[in-house]
Amino acid sequence: MEFYRLTISEARDLLDRKEVSVKDVVNSVYQRIDAVEEKVKAFVTITRDRAMKMADEAQKKIHLEGKQSNTSILGIPIAIKDNMCTKDIRTTCASKILHNFVPLYESTVTSRLIEHGYILIGKTNMDEFAMGSSTENSGFHTTRNPWRLERIPGGSSGGSAAAVAADECIAALGSDTGGSIRQPAALCGVVGLKPTYGRVSRYGLVAFASSLDQIGPITKDVRDSAILMNAISGHDPLDSTSAPVHLPDFTAVLGKDIKGMRLGIPNEYFIEGMDEEVELSVKEAIKKLESLGAIPVEVSLPHTGFAVATYYVLATSEASSNLARYDGVKYGFRAEGKDLMDMYMNTRAQGFGAEVKRRIMLGTYALSSGYYEAYYKKAQQVRTLIKRDFEEAFRKADIIVTPTSPTAAFKIGEKTADPLQMYLSDIFTISVNLAGVPAVSIPCGFTSNNLPIGLQLIGKNFDEESILKVAYAYEQSTEWHRGRPNL
Amino acid sequence: MKYEVIIGLEVHAQMLTDTKIFCGCSTKFGSEPNTQTCPVCIGMPGVLPVLNKKALEFTIKTGLAMNCKISQYSRFARKNYFYPDLPKGYQISQYELPICEHGYTEIVVDGNIKKIGITRIHMEEDAGKNIHEGAGSYSFVDLNRAGVPLMEIVSEPHIRSSEEAVEYMKKLRTILRYLGVCDGNMEQGSLRCDANVSVRPVGQKEFGVKVEIKNINSFKFVEKALDYEIRRQIKVLEEGGRIIQETMLWDSSTGTTQSMRSKEEAHDYRYFPEPDLVPLTVDQKWIDEIKSSLPELPDIKRKRFIEEYTLPEYDADLLTSERPVADWFEEAVRLGGQPKAVSNWIMGDLMKLLNEGNKSIEECPLKPLQLLDMLKLVEKGTISGKIAKTVFEEMYKSGRGADVIVKEKGLVQISDVGTIEKVVNDVIAKNPKEVERYKAGEEKLVGFFVGQVMKLTKGKANPQMVNELLKKKLTYQP
Repeated sequence: MEFYRLTISEARDLLDRKEVSVKDVVNSVYQRIDAVEEKVKAFVTITRDRAMKMADEAQKKIHLEGKQSNTSILGIPIAIKDNMCTKDIRTTCASKILHNFVPLYESTVTSRLIEHGYILIGKTNMDEFAMGSSTENSGFHTTRNPWRLERIPGGSSGGSAAAVAADECIAALGSDTGGSIRQPAALCGVVGLKPTYGRVSRYGLVAFASSLDQIGPITKDVRDSAILMNAISGHDPLDSTSAPVHLPDFTAVLGKDIKGMRLGIPNEYFIEGMDEEVELSVKEAIKKLESLGAIPVEVSLPHTGFAVATYYVLATSEASSNLARYDGVKYGFRAEGKDLMDMYMNTRAQGFGAEVKRRIMLGTYALSSGYYEAYYKKAQQVRTLIKRDFEEAFRKADIIVTPTSPTAAFKIGEKTADPLQMYLSDIFTISVNLAGVPAVSIPCGFTSNNLPIGLQLIGKNFDEESILKVAYAYEQSTEWHRGRPNL
Repeated sequence: MKYEVIIGLEVHAQMLTDTKIFCGCSTKFGSEPNTQTCPVCIGMPGVLPVLNKKALEFTIKTGLAMNCKISQYSRFARKNYFYPDLPKGYQISQYELPICEHGYTEIVVDGNIKKIGITRIHMEEDAGKNIHEGAGSYSFVDLNRAGVPLMEIVSEPHIRSSEEAVEYMKKLRTILRYLGVCDGNMEQGSLRCDANVSVRPVGQKEFGVKVEIKNINSFKFVEKALDYEIRRQIKVLEEGGRIIQETMLWDSSTGTTQSMRSKEEAHDYRYFPEPDLVPLTVDQKWIDEIKSSLPELPDIKRKRFIEEYTLPEYDADLLTSERPVADWFEEAVRLGGQPKAVSNWIMGDLMKLLNEGNKSIEECPLKPLQLLDMLKLVEKGTISGKIAKTVFEEMYKSGRGADVIVKEKGLVQISDVGTIEKVVNDVIAKNPKEVERYKAGEEKLVGFFVGQVMKLTKGKANPQMVNELLKKKLTYQP
């Protein structure tokens, strides 16, 4: 049986009715990995032995406790992006500098998944240190888009998105600093949600840009994203930036009426240079939502044009500091040198890839004395303006609807020579991280050459429920999410 | 030409918290290398800092004691530089918005009170230690100290001499120890001092070029390092040279300062707000609570000792320089001791015995009540003041009561006129020459006769009676 095709809720149902065992599902997923991983290359590390042990424990629990709640992830095979620390399992960030790093501790999100009885399938590929939009910056290999293998899956959580799209796991976790969950989800035709900054603990997430990073689910449908949100969200005493706010049951709003909900359509997001087919699909999707009773309203996010520049100052500044610890002294890769300085330079020159080094240099420059005011400080001020744009827009609208990415998946190698072009892949997703608000990408169509297109729904701070509600209503009335690549 | 010296001090004080500033590891000093570490303080990937509330409380306490304004909104910042003992490649510190600002403390200079401004006090984490011995061509890193909470206390450039700098350091140490926030041990590195020094011709308005001196790790070296640097700068100027802005290292083995790096080589620390810690907001109510929990501070205590106990300034100074000493004194007075007598015993015999045993007053085996019991014996005339010194030492060493010691050793004072008279007669009879000289006007010889009597009575004779008898007999001798 092709259990690997199941969603979390479908698998839950079968497991609880004892029609299948946890091992049946896990084995099926690994059979799928055996069959397609060579083509997709979604993983950095596959954790088969660990998964089998976890499966035994989960099965015992199911025997003991019987039927679980329908939002339980007990016994569900999940893939984890390789920038979340997993105790005793290599965590590389797809970087040579951490190629041998085995954490002594578990990230808060994976701890929570363990408490809930998940099965770790493997650690997924990514752009090195989550810096990129295509996984081409992985220090190990490029992941392929399961829909068209000569194309990129998006990034930086390209491994997680491709694994979900290729049915190499039931669901996955990614991390999103400027679009790294939503853009690959869009390009791989799956659902990807970036929660509000502070909703999910970052403890154990290897930092790229601390004030922007957020972990979230990548799943086959909207309900599964809500289920994973239930499992990973909530205040964590180990993360001072995680918010002590009310935690809802994110599945409770699914199926609720969206009549009368105001959909903000920002004119700044329908720009020249956007792919026509993408624009058409998004406009169709808005019409569909209108037919379900939602009301489109025009909103303006006037500082959108500054978002990419602002992001690349702030994110690189934080990264230049966050990545200073990889110095060859304590763990990870070390290149020898004739003295300390030489060792530092050799280690970092050989251990980091080109894009990571580029961003460290950009960030170091932006924070340097004499430039701080003009770059970092100015960018912080613009960030405040971008936040205000959203606050203003949310006076008129309940959620904001935009495309997730200006184009569908591009070809491997197409943009590697031009970093600026690459940076523009995130033009619609970056503002969301700067504002801290939540957003989800859901499938809303295909291009003429059968590449998925994503629709982005943006919510108010700590209002993931509204975007999940609308996303679910849309999904229920369309068939896009049921499409599967031919592998 | 006459020169004016301008000094500002940056003092790092290790806080006496049980755990580190951003994780739960112990701060105990002197453990096996790297045994007091965790993923957070050794800078593993993905870990995050969480502020130790006690460290914040200690810093606020210190700020209040130094008359600072406590900011209700402050921020942590990252100070970026590479060094093996700095596991994250940055130190979490405070930069733009420190927790305490605009304070002052007072020192006494030539009998006058002088205010030294406090620019700021902020929190930061300590670094680890590189160990170069026994590692061949490599070095070892010990991260036990990494993450130990520090306060950086920055003074205004109000200090005008090395003596003032020492006074200021002593004052700081006293306050920190009063508050119980730092043990003030410079030799062990729990109190460290960097100095900014410049000189300018008297009358000149602009400051001279300043030089920073690091690695001053004792009170003695504060004075020596500053004096050396002041002399060096004046010499350079006198010879027509220019002072270069640089960072110097104090070398205590040669007694000189050595250039460490010039301004051009100075680090660009690329400070920016720490994104892993939310801005710090401190409730005014909590600040008020901390304020009301502050102990009586040394300046106020000193003033009170002078007024309440009518002690000389010197006594009050000494007794209040350490809170436990002041407490010991007040306990003895509370039990009925005469303040000046108690003060004399503390400043004299008690301090001497403590110093000999290298003990602090907290470790003092003698309790105030024992002193009181002994003072009562002196008052009753059971023992003489001189014998009391012996009894005091014995009490200190054996821990036994004065009564017991006096009885056991037969130290009871001889106050029987007959007994004393007999000894006095004896002494006079045996020293006719001295008697002659005394009568001829050499009156200070009375001390000699007293000494002889005391010798014969093993110090037990009532000194007052001995004096009276001697004077009478020597004067009226036919």
